[in-house]
Amino acid sequence: MRTMNRTDSVITVQDLTLAYGDIVIQKALNFEVRRGDIFVIMGGSGCGKSTLLMHLIGLQKPLHGDIFYGKERLWGVSSEQREQLLRKVGVLFQSGALLSSMTLAENIALPLAEFTALSKKEIDQTVSYKLALVGLAGFEGYYPSEISGGMQKRAGLARAMALDPEILYFDEPSAGLDPISAQLLDELIQSLRDSLGATIIMVTHELASIFAIGTHSIFLDSEAKTAIAFGSPDQLLKTSQDPRVLNFLTRGHPERAGQGVRHE
Amino acid sequence: MSNAAALNGEDFNPMTEGLRDGQRLSLDVTRLGVWDSYLMIALIDVMRRCHDRHIGVDTSGLPKGMAALLELSSRVPERTDAIKGVAHRAWLERLGESARSVWLDGFFLTQFIGESATSMVALITGRARFRPIDLWLQIQACGPSALPIVTLISLLVGLILAFVGAVQLALFGAELYMADLVSLGMTREMGALMTAIIMAGRSGAAFAAQMGTMNVNLEISALRVMGFTASDFLVLPRMLALILVMPFLGLYADLMGIIGGGIVAISFFDIPLTQFIQRTSESVHLTDFFIGLFKCSLFGVLIALAGCFRGIQCGRSASAVGEAATSAVVTSIVFIVVADSVVTLICHRLGI
Ligand SMILES: Nc1ncnc2c1ncn2[C@@H]1O[C@H](COP(=O)(O)OP(=O)(O)OP(=O)(O)O)[C@@H](O)[C@H]1O
Ligand SMILES: [Mg+2]
Repeated sequence: MRTMNRTDSVITVQDLTLAYGDIVIQKALNFEVRRGDIFVIMGGSGCGKSTLLMHLIGLQKPLHGDIFYGKERLWGVSSEQREQLLRKVGVLFQSGALLSSMTLAENIALPLAEFTALSKKEIDQTVSYKLALVGLAGFEGYYPSEISGGMQKRAGLARAMALDPEILYFDEPSAGLDPISAQLLDELIQSLRDSLGATIIMVTHELASIFAIGTHSIFLDSEAKTAIAFGSPDQLLKTSQDPRVLNFLTRGHPERAGQGVRHE
Repeated sequence: MSNAAALNGEDFNPMTEGLRDGQRLSLDVTRLGVWDSYLMIALIDVMRRCHDRHIGVDTSGLPKGMAALLELSSRVPERTDAIKGVAHRAWLERLGESARSVWLDGFFLTQFIGESATSMVALITGRARFRPIDLWLQIQACGPSALPIVTLISLLVGLILAFVGAVQLALFGAELYMADLVSLGMTREMGALMTAIIMAGRSGAAFAAQMGTMNVNLEISALRVMGFTASDFLVLPRMLALILVMPFLGLYADLMGIIGGGIVAISFFDIPLTQFIQRTSESVHLTDFFIGLFKCSLFGVLIALAGCFRGIQCGRSASAVGEAATSAVVTSIVFIVVADSVVTLICHRLGI
């Protein structure tokens, strides 16, 4: 576990317990995310990754523990203060969660119109630019129901980055994408980090992208109900002794750990 | 295991019963023909039984596919904490639980009304976050498109009022006063009430279904993360639309009801049109109209509140959306009738 040093961390999680009602999903989570990290949340299906994300973005209240943005607490403050903290956050939900009664352009324009002083024309340009970044140029007038699941994912991504947020949360951004699109997405995420200095926290199962772009990671386990590994994915693969982690990182073939499971 | 056609779990019981600790069960399927999932289920059952009694099972005799399936089905251990018990609960517990849910319902409703009121204040001070276009869309959906049904219902209600009244008034030879009855009845009561009930069924249910679906798709969560609150962004345009549209619909319903009454008066009771119009204009005062219009706006608020509340509260499944729409209509109608009684009582006390 990395040392707790709240000064240079963007997000600090302290002793967090996640629960639905009284069913505990994860407990005793401690980690921090530093500026410029591409922080990967890994773990088997159903172990609570999306739930952790919901807590990080203030949609669910933790049963126990606290989350800090910089030095500011997320919980235990007024909802206005929380909203203020979350102003610098963009989120891509696992299901995309686009507003189905609006076109893609309207979806992306929504935060722009509300939180910037851009003119109508500038907003239109920004919308087209963001859609082009995710490979959806020309789909401005489509409704979410008129595009495929993978396209909805990408449109959700465009909306998440509409305001050029400092912190981006992605829940399985590459699920449902073909290998080429997934590769482009990795490049996009990396350049978001490099050009805007954004910090990225993503849930993903995509081993290729975990190894290609992940700088730090946390591994949640549903049996232990807590995080059982921390560190950069490469390093985890080399040094981890835990069969659960190795199995995950090698698609169930830990014996191949040494021989470049990294799919280029 | 040769006669696979008739095999099921029970047939294996005698096989395992006879085994003692330390013995091994060996499976041989050389004469097995076609098999399906039922055989697998039976095998898994046998293996679990043997496992419990520490009897080893030799699966090497199984065909390759079968062994692989067996292995797969046991690879990820069952999550014992994930099994939901369908526990039988005593009636007292269930009663307590429903009482608690009614109490919680009231609590959340109060909270929701508070949030909506805050949004109203935000609207007045110009800080409410919503898209004006949504207001127009809602006005369009609630207003003009409701006209046909409002026309039909209020025309018929006017007709019914006229008939019911005229039959009684005819006993005194006072059929002419049916004009008073219809016009007063429509403007003060029935116009607003019928419009509200129609709108509860049309718009209240629609609001609940829209917001319920948005809840299912996490759209409301996405809005919250983007800094929009449901009460500003979703409830406010709907509530405003109904507040604005309802008085017009109510007025229109009044007119249609009076026309319905007029049709009955002229064609069944031989009252001249001029006389009907004269009695109507003498009996209805501006106050009556205003009371009707005030009620319309009030009902509009109640319908929007009930519809949006049920929508936001909605669970995350298709059937929950259906339930939300149903309970939105029920809740609005209860609200409407209760509010109507209260307003009528107050008007009576105030003598207006
Ligand atoms: N609304 C809910 N109410 C109760 N339990 C829930 C709810 N949503 C999820 N859970 C439970 O929480 C656990 C974690 O769910 P979550 O969606 O966070 O998993 P995940 O790690 O994101 O899985 P995946 O990789 O499949 O998306 C699951 O076991 C699930 O049963
Ligand atoms: Mg998930």
